[in-house]
Amino acid sequence: MSEALLSAQGIGKRFGSVVANEAVDLTLRAGEIHALLGENGAGKSTLVKILYGALLPDTGTISWEGQPVRLTSPAAARRLGIGMVFQHFSLFEALTVGENIALSLGGGERMKALGKRIAALSGQYGLPVDPDKVIADLSVGERQRVEVVRCLLQDPKLIILDEPTSVLTPQEAEELFGVLGRLAGEGRAILYISHRLEEVRRIAQRATVMRRGRVVGTCDPRTETTRTLARMMIGSDLTSVVAPVPPGESAPVRLAVRGLSLARGIPFGVDLEDISVEVRAGEVVGIAGVAGNGQNELFQALAGERGSMPPGTVEVDGKDAAGLGITERRRLGLAFVPEERLGHGVVPDMRLSQNVVLTRHRTDPELRRGVTINVDEARAVAARVVYRFGVRAGEDDPVAGALSGGNVQKFQVGREIDRRPAVLVINQPTWGIDAGAAVVVRQAIVDLARTGSAVLMISQDLDEIFEISDRVGVMADGRLTPLQPTAELTPEAIGLMMAGMNAAESPAPADAH
Amino acid sequence: MGIAESVVATIITASLPLLLAALGELVAERSGVLNLGVEGMMMMGAVAAFGIAFATGNGGLGVLAAVLAGMAMALLFAGVALGLAANQVAAGLALTLLGLGLAGPIGEGWVDRPGVKLPTLDVPVLSDLPFVGPLLFSQDPLFYLAVALTAGVAWFLFRTRPGLILRSVGDNPHSAYALGLPVLRIRLAAVLFGGACAGLAGAYLALVYTPIYNETMTGGRGWIALALVVFATWLPVRLAVGALLFGAASILQLHAQALGVGVPSQLLTAMPYLVTILVLVLISRNRVLLRSHTPASLGQPFVPER
Repeated sequence: MSEALLSAQGIGKRFGSVVANEAVDLTLRAGEIHALLGENGAGKSTLVKILYGALLPDTGTISWEGQPVRLTSPAAARRLGIGMVFQHFSLFEALTVGENIALSLGGGERMKALGKRIAALSGQYGLPVDPDKVIADLSVGERQRVEVVRCLLQDPKLIILDEPTSVLTPQEAEELFGVLGRLAGEGRAILYISHRLEEVRRIAQRATVMRRGRVVGTCDPRTETTRTLARMMIGSDLTSVVAPVPPGESAPVRLAVRGLSLARGIPFGVDLEDISVEVRAGEVVGIAGVAGNGQNELFQALAGERGSMPPGTVEVDGKDAAGLGITERRRLGLAFVPEERLGHGVVPDMRLSQNVVLTRHRTDPELRRGVTINVDEARAVAARVVYRFGVRAGEDDPVAGALSGGNVQKFQVGREIDRRPAVLVINQPTWGIDAGAAVVVRQAIVDLARTGSAVLMISQDLDEIFEISDRVGVMADGRLTPLQPTAELTPEAIGLMMAGMNAAESPAPADAH
Repeated sequence: MGIAESVVATIITASLPLLLAALGELVAERSGVLNLGVEGMMMMGAVAAFGIAFATGNGGLGVLAAVLAGMAMALLFAGVALGLAANQVAAGLALTLLGLGLAGPIGEGWVDRPGVKLPTLDVPVLSDLPFVGPLLFSQDPLFYLAVALTAGVAWFLFRTRPGLILRSVGDNPHSAYALGLPVLRIRLAAVLFGGACAGLAGAYLALVYTPIYNETMTGGRGWIALALVVFATWLPVRLAVGALLFGAASILQLHAQALGVGVPSQLLTAMPYLVTILVLVLISRNRVLLRSHTPASLGQPFVPER
């Protein structure tokens, strides 16, 4: 084995009374893919921020190529050759892809020349990005590609990736693994943060496992099983989702979308074309697809965020909902959980009880007292959701923004499920949350369906689609394939449907009308 | 000068202080800082320009003093809003109150005294052109400066790297900080530029527009400048067009009054402000337009994470 490229010894960091890292040791070698495993809140992010110079440790030393260094800023880290692909994207929404990348490079380069370099590199590694697109108009998956390309353009010796595959299709993930393998082969070190154990077992040569701010072990993941890794990571065995048999074809249709076409609402959006899907009582229908193929537009159309649509295109329990706004749809029994938690699903600066009021005041009469809000009832609902869905909140009724991503997600899913909606439409239910929270959310979705509700789940995570959806359709370029029973499909087959449809799209859509 | 020429000339004169002040505010807001103290900074600029020019008889020194006074006010704002991360709206309102309040005692001795008027500079040859010559090439130095600043700010924001950095800070200071950019220093520079421009606007009022001192010489123009920035959706060239429009509204009401149009003079006097409100309402209805250019972090204090 080669010399240590980066070595961190005894790293400690506190935030007030909270210990985020304590006595953390980590050694990274050139040419090695090193996984950093741990649940959300285990201290991975803090450690990574310290290694990237965004946080200063309270204690401990870091050496780079054998020399002690102080990483006082991200710029200092970058100068040494440390590149980072963030989990919470650090892109500037109002700027173009090219401008975003230019900002992280040294400067002195013309935008045109930079655009060529971006194109060359994205072609080389199979990461298509358009330098002239504005970030705000890109999907999460596309944004991640930009982050990766931006990082690679800096020619780093150490690349830190935070949960990189959570938004990729299996094929895209395969390609990324290929890229990572090649980068490691070029002698770069890769620190790969994940809680996807299968993935880590396949690609990493070493793994450091963290729990509650401390390193609980270092191992060779290739010689471990998923079960042993999970036990190290969460300290106990991971439960799996229990999904009873779905209802048959005789169950009544609760949500029906018929021939829905909708022009894009934003520049660079996707036009929905002739979407039809029926969800029966008791079942979970999964919508798979690569990010940015119309999933967000479909969600907005169903949630009533795009205004009224032609009559008959959306029906709930046989009642026409196409002409209704968000509130009226909720009153018909629809419930929505958007992909973006903070800012779309919940208001970060408001307390959980206030967030309960925001989506439920028109459907739950007990939340109102005449024209005023029944604060006690709102608190009671929030407390019920916190208890039933295991939301870890530091205090009673905190502001939503104070919770971790996984806990906000448990809360916003729980808030809607607690209503016992007729139909739940949920977009990317477990994006960016840890394995434990994901199990809770998926179990709750299945349980809701089996009590007679209909669930339409849009997800880019194929494992998730296969774990809990009964039937699945694939979205590509604004269109949806007919639903097929999930049991009759393989991930590869769905992946090919995504890719195949995209390929068939480009020449001439002869069947388009 | 014919009638048309003189009307256009007065429109340009009326729009220039708006343009100068709004340009500075535009840069500050592009960095994410909302400084509602424009009126106060402008007033201090006018006071300094009038006082120094009055004392020395030198209009150039007056302009310099106005710039420094505007920057001093901006520095005060920055100390509170950036250094202490206080609420920008409150700090800006306080700055306006301070500026207007100080103007009274400082300028007490100059009220209604005539001051120094900046000379006009003729551009050789071009100033002899019919119509456009006297309008565009026989103006005071601040006019040429304002034109150059408009083009310069547009070029800076969209064609240079420091401009890109400034916009990135306004869009997402946390990401900018993560990239290693000195967010607070960039914002400080933008706020100081805003102060300097507001000072220039004040100097224009005191040395060109009405070189007679009076305590209300800014007359709410700082507020119109703030509205203009929104009207222009944070784009400098659109800002110049907007400034001319508002200038026209304030001048045409004067001409209308002079011509004895059958509309109450109070209503006519209120015209520029009514136009401001109307335009803001119309602009805020177009969400696409606003979304694409509004600095996302506008008005949010930034505290570096350490």
